[in-house]
Amino acid sequence: MYKILEAKMLADNIYKWVVLAPRCASRCEPGQFVIVRAFEDSERIPLTICDYDREKGTVTIVVQVIGEATYLMTSLKEGDAFHDFVGPLGKPSEFVEEDVEKLKNTRFIFVAGGLGTAPVYPQVKWMHEHGVDVDVIVGAKTKNLVIMEEEMKAVAGNLYITTDDGSYGRSGMVTKVLEDLYAEGKKYDVCVCIGPMIMMKFVCLLTKKFDLHTIVSMNPIMVDGTGMCGACRLKVGDEIKFACVDGPEFDGHLVDFDQAMKRQQMYKTKEGRAYLAAKEGNTHHGGCGNCGGEE
Amino acid sequence: MDVMKKVPIKEQEPKVRATNFEEVCLGYTKEEAMEEASRCLNCKNPLCVQGCPVSIHIPDFIKQVKEGDFEGAYHTITFSSSLPAVCGRVCPQETQCEGKCVRGIKGEAVSIGKLERFVADWAFENNVHPKENPNKNGKKVAVIGSGPSGLSCAGDLAKLGYEVTVFEALHELGGVLVYGIPEFRLPKERVVKKEIENVKALGVKFETNVIIGKSVTIEELMEKEHFDAVFIGSGAGLPKFMGIPGENLSGVFSANEYLTRSNLMKAFNPDSTTPIMIGKRTVVVGGGNVAMDAARTALRLGSETYIVYRRSEAELPARAEEVHHAKEEGIEFHLLTNPVEILEDENGWVKGIKCIKMELGEPDASGRRRPVEIPGSEYVIDCDVVIMALGTSPNPLISSTTEGLEINGRKCIIAREDGATTKEGVYAGGDAVTGAATVILAMGAGRAAAKGIDEYLNK
Repeated sequence: MYKILEAKMLADNIYKWVVLAPRCASRCEPGQFVIVRAFEDSERIPLTICDYDREKGTVTIVVQVIGEATYLMTSLKEGDAFHDFVGPLGKPSEFVEEDVEKLKNTRFIFVAGGLGTAPVYPQVKWMHEHGVDVDVIVGAKTKNLVIMEEEMKAVAGNLYITTDDGSYGRSGMVTKVLEDLYAEGKKYDVCVCIGPMIMMKFVCLLTKKFDLHTIVSMNPIMVDGTGMCGACRLKVGDEIKFACVDGPEFDGHLVDFDQAMKRQQMYKTKEGRAYLAAKEGNTHHGGCGNCGGEE
Repeated sequence: MDVMKKVPIKEQEPKVRATNFEEVCLGYTKEEAMEEASRCLNCKNPLCVQGCPVSIHIPDFIKQVKEGDFEGAYHTITFSSSLPAVCGRVCPQETQCEGKCVRGIKGEAVSIGKLERFVADWAFENNVHPKENPNKNGKKVAVIGSGPSGLSCAGDLAKLGYEVTVFEALHELGGVLVYGIPEFRLPKERVVKKEIENVKALGVKFETNVIIGKSVTIEELMEKEHFDAVFIGSGAGLPKFMGIPGENLSGVFSANEYLTRSNLMKAFNPDSTTPIMIGKRTVVVGGGNVAMDAARTALRLGSETYIVYRRSEAELPARAEEVHHAKEEGIEFHLLTNPVEILEDENGWVKGIKCIKMELGEPDASGRRRPVEIPGSEYVIDCDVVIMALGTSPNPLISSTTEGLEINGRKCIIAREDGATTKEGVYAGGDAVTGAATVILAMGAGRAAAKGIDEYLNK
């Protein structure tokens, strides 16, 4: 059992847990993920690591309720425990291995969409701790879905917040902000983009135009997370890759997003969509990129 | 009674069992077991023992069964095997012990597997367990993986007085016994869990949710956690695909995924939160035990099910009993047939599989006649689920994070007969070394490595 030291609701349907998982905390790096099971009979859910503290032995995860399994998880409070918590899984972000001096001379732009803010945070934090200033775009549907603003502000160089409906920060999608920044004369060498697949697809279409190398973090369906089931396979260039062991981060210009999005829908008719339809009535209109509601 | 024939064993009717996940074979009663045991000739030079990868003293335990000393029989078996209830159910006895049985020359071999199963089940029912060795030698061994090779290695080392900790990547113990082999062939609560309880009774400790190479490395286990030796029994977990068009469509699964959803995550049970795709018509590609397991799972979930295999019936690598059961249950075999493409509907889902007929040519490296395509013989099987059961290869997670641990061209860890790898103090066995094989061969390798580790630590 993995004890919960802190549980907090960050926004509508978005929850944060700080979990005691010393083995994972001692070795995890930005870009990696964990798999959790809330209870003895729960589904295995892959979640990107949002923060970690090696000394305290804790790992922080952020979850958006998209189906029955994530909904049930929200009953876990401080002092409760996750039944299973395994990781770190996948490969760390490439920059972790790079020479810091080289990183300081590379202009990074991080683009986070919605829940994607959570996995972008430890990467930006890592950069900050290594003396690398990076720019960050955080996009959300509307003001009350902007998460981790204060934390991000503390570690980012320039932070650009935007909402689709213009209720907070700049107005419009993250792609518009990136275009505007380029129009304002900004230039970048590497873009790291994490969010719903549909958003990552459109950011990649845009950065191709800018000839801007783009790394994305893929979140396909997974079961074991160790390379065993093959459910997470993706077409990247001419190759088939397993997101769990070869990724989760890939060259976004090589990922076949259309195929990945189709594969992601496989169970959604059964799980997320049906469940949310019943649970939320007509309040959920898709756009989370996970439930398939936008199709 | 006809002494040339096995005492028949009760099974669920094919039509009934095709709709449930209860075990197919119901096992012998005491009387039936004693009668079957009386068929054993108690050979002076028992060939059956040579056929057993863990060298169970077969005639001895059968004699005890004949005399009604089931507890004695259990201790005879568990002297050599840590998982008798499992082996009695899933070993390919026809090519091992029973294949060598002298009775089998003129009639049917003694039903050694079914007798082993009977003894193990009797021990469960009568609360007979193996005993912990009270004399600890103060040395620590880490075992990676709680599948057949790991359990067998851990069990043997514990009996020798070692302090053993088994690390498992998944949330559940048992490896392929829980994620791979279905309930109807190997009941999880009634058999696998109890076998693991018996390994625990020997004093072995278990830690789940630890991925060696990710959560902790082998070096750290040896240096920081002070394990004197390590056994790697991480299995062959990575599924193979064919590389044909359409393999990434929705509705195409590896057998690993399909079986893991059903077995480990209990998706066969409608109450499970883990979903599984139940097709109207399912095509399973492959001819091994895993292919049979996947097909019979799909059938039980309610799908019409076909097996497509590129060689002929004689080359089917699955246990004879599994093929027989699959056919009885109504699975249709398309033999000498190979898929060339998976066809897509307008939503990116599978709508059929295009196959080509094959004929057998000259023998290949495996000694089996190589299947060759018959030009122009393509045809389509309409289906909405395709399951690829083409075999698996070892996971590179451990080899890639352990300096000095060499692997061969097939990514298998290089190990000697006694399990020693190229890294000092590190032993390996089972599918991680051989590539995908059987439960009992993995157990044999785990046993050999336990002996190897014991010799190494007593040098």
